[in-house]
Amino acid sequence: MSAPRRQVHLAAHFPGVNNTTVWADPRSGSQIDFTSFVHLARTAERGRFDFFFLAEGLRLRELKGRIHDLDVVGRPESLTVLSALAAVTDRLGLAATVNATFNEPYELARRLATLDHLSEGRAAWNVVTTSDAFTGENFRRGGFLDRADRYTRAAEFVRLSRALWDSWRPDAIVADQAAGVFVRPQDIGTVRHDDRHFTVEGRSTVPRSPQGHPVIIQAGDSDEGREFAASSADVIFSRHGTLEEGKAFYADVKRRLARYGREPHELKIMPAATFALGGTDAEAAEKAAEIRRQQVGPQTAIAFLEQIWGRDMSAYDPEGPLPDVDPEPEEGLSQGRVRLADRTAVAAKWRAVAEEKNLTIRELVIEMTGRQSFVGSAATVARRIEEFVQGEAADGFILVPHLTPGGLDDFVEEVVPILQERGVFRTEYAGPTLRDHLGLAVPRPALRDHLGLAVPRPAREGAS
Amino acid sequence: MTTVPLHLAVALDGAGWHPAAWRDPAVDPRELFTARRWAGLVTEAERGLLDFVTIEDALSLQSTLPDGPDERAGQVRGRLDAVLLAARLAPLTKRIGLVPTATTTHTEPFHVAIGIATLDHVSAGRAGWRVQVSPRRTEAAHFGRREVPPLDPRRLDTDLLADLFGEAADAVEVARRLWDSWEDDAEIRDVPTGRFVDRDKLHYIDFTGARFSVRGPSITPRPPQGRPIVTVLDHGHSRVPYELPARSADIVHVTPHSRAEAEAITGRIRALPREGEPLKIFADLVVFLGEDAAARKAGLDELDGAEFTSDAAVFTGTAEELADLLLDWREAGIEGYRLRPGAVPHDLEAITRRLVPALRRRGAFRREYEAATLRGLLGLPRPDSRYREAATV
Repeated sequence: MSAPRRQVHLAAHFPGVNNTTVWADPRSGSQIDFTSFVHLARTAERGRFDFFFLAEGLRLRELKGRIHDLDVVGRPESLTVLSALAAVTDRLGLAATVNATFNEPYELARRLATLDHLSEGRAAWNVVTTSDAFTGENFRRGGFLDRADRYTRAAEFVRLSRALWDSWRPDAIVADQAAGVFVRPQDIGTVRHDDRHFTVEGRSTVPRSPQGHPVIIQAGDSDEGREFAASSADVIFSRHGTLEEGKAFYADVKRRLARYGREPHELKIMPAATFALGGTDAEAAEKAAEIRRQQVGPQTAIAFLEQIWGRDMSAYDPEGPLPDVDPEPEEGLSQGRVRLADRTAVAAKWRAVAEEKNLTIRELVIEMTGRQSFVGSAATVARRIEEFVQGEAADGFILVPHLTPGGLDDFVEEVVPILQERGVFRTEYAGPTLRDHLGLAVPRPALRDHLGLAVPRPAREGAS
Repeated sequence: MTTVPLHLAVALDGAGWHPAAWRDPAVDPRELFTARRWAGLVTEAERGLLDFVTIEDALSLQSTLPDGPDERAGQVRGRLDAVLLAARLAPLTKRIGLVPTATTTHTEPFHVAIGIATLDHVSAGRAGWRVQVSPRRTEAAHFGRREVPPLDPRRLDTDLLADLFGEAADAVEVARRLWDSWEDDAEIRDVPTGRFVDRDKLHYIDFTGARFSVRGPSITPRPPQGRPIVTVLDHGHSRVPYELPARSADIVHVTPHSRAEAEAITGRIRALPREGEPLKIFADLVVFLGEDAAARKAGLDELDGAEFTSDAAVFTGTAEELADLLLDWREAGIEGYRLRPGAVPHDLEAITRRLVPALRRRGAFRREYEAATLRGLLGLPRPDSRYREAATV
């Protein structure tokens, strides 16, 4: 008999501030009105998705020393808008990307536990780190963190947050009106933490939340990021690649789990994925090309080129050929974006492609950046998704639509029913919490004897 | 002759302001941390057409001691983050203002500012922020970033308070600049030029203060109200009493215990320098309402083993008597009240179902919501961004 078919997990990424978000389309709605968030979240819930996902950016992106004005700009504070969404959804997980560098554990752990209460067990935290002084200019401590310490801080932050989440025993609240006992004070532990990044002592104000610990998501493909995810995360949000790349990444990350005494199913691998759907595969391909043209307008094409070449290219015609100029090897023009490791090599590769295929600047940028992960009819896309999941290249996907707020409508109407018919995607939620959707156990509460003790250091921490 | 209507707010916290309120059989004490219970309270307040609710909060557990846990089992302990709680309630209400408490002492001004701006977006213009400082050593130890002596209310450290209030004023200034940092028409979606925003309408705020500096602009577009409402509770104990609210708030909550005290307080406040719209002065009162109010309070006192007292005046009596008192203090310059119900839901329902009709009979309270935003309910105009070019007007 064959093994049971692996179940697909799906999440919805709010399009928002992203160069894949198309804003010039007449169907494109507001990136800030609450109604846009409600539409996307309710669509995802109708499709029985695991969770809804919000990215974060704590400083407006800049290019050439000026605010980048070609992409969607402006977003809400993630946890606040997710709290509001908890009122208009019932089962959908609610995941916020929140920076571990420019927050403090006591406050953030408290806010995440609050969201878990207010959503009855649907909160998730995508832990990200930065160290740049550019973002730091909006915060008390500026660019205080050495780049090498990003993951040591994040790991310590998560460890301390979990100690705070564990510090109230689940039955600490007695609420016996006749006897006059509301709470057993001895069941509220005092957390004592004194380590490299944080010195914290005291009690949490939030009773143990429905999930015990909100779900931890970790984004990042680096070796350090993988190790951190293997030690600390419930979901890893990775980059999408080929089936073979996916299998290699999947095997590598799952292999690391044993070191931390964890089972393979305890960490879900969910790459980001874009898509274009059509009535037929050919129609979808046409639509995908059209979306790419919308995503890379003439000005955006030049801006992309400038980021790689590291110099002003505004004099060139985006619909004309790639000019014969060399990239600036040192100086970085862009801020708030991932810096390119090796300009010269990337530029050489781009030039080779442009010459081989005889492409204009805009065509080249379309060719070289952000092609859709899944293009095809609903049946084709469903089959591809299943290939990745059954082939152990992913446990599911975080889908990134290109339109706000209707970008997920077709997927939910057309692809989800096919996955359901194939028996690889839920038709109803099995339980009320995000941990239920992801098949994750509720962490065991701390023993009473352990309350009031210092936060233990793990046997092995990260890859440092 | 018509009188100017009063403004009414209620302050929500736990099962009410009396520490034994959770033992009332009308309360299910297991529900205190659920959205369902809070939704019931806020919709009740909205049914009474109140201006706003405030939500108490602090970064440490409640305690009967001035600083540090008291190990008491018989009182409510635990609170959720108030800003998130307010956001959770926003989609369930339509008109009532939502004013969560957030401290300025250990938080990032940038995060608080975008949190309140987001609350304003999800509530379509009903957000406020009750600014609070954290003088306790207990709270400082939760962050490990500053040394603070234990709080002793008999010997307040005026230097520390001046420092914390100064920091609060800076945090409010940062928030307001961030709220203004996107002009209202910054988003242009101009297809021919490929520009989503007009970056000349996005502004660096370049704030530098003693405790922090913030560059800006905000990541969140301008809130629907332009600037959400800022409120401050002030007991007048600082070195310059009421200086913080006069400088930084739209509303000050004060705690007079008599009409004469109210007069003295409003006189002091009106004498302070002030820019912009006049500061609105709201008095706080803890209220136990009904024919049996005094007996009810006495019963709760007995359950708690102590007579309940408060920084604010404690009123026990009927809704009619309270209506008379509110109108009497209005003569002393009080424009609104933040009522702290002794026990919830009992005293909240007494406010919405008895006090409000009693005030209406006296021509002193609205019969319908007259505006869609909290600023509108308070009669405050929507301000232009400070960065808007005067020449383009």
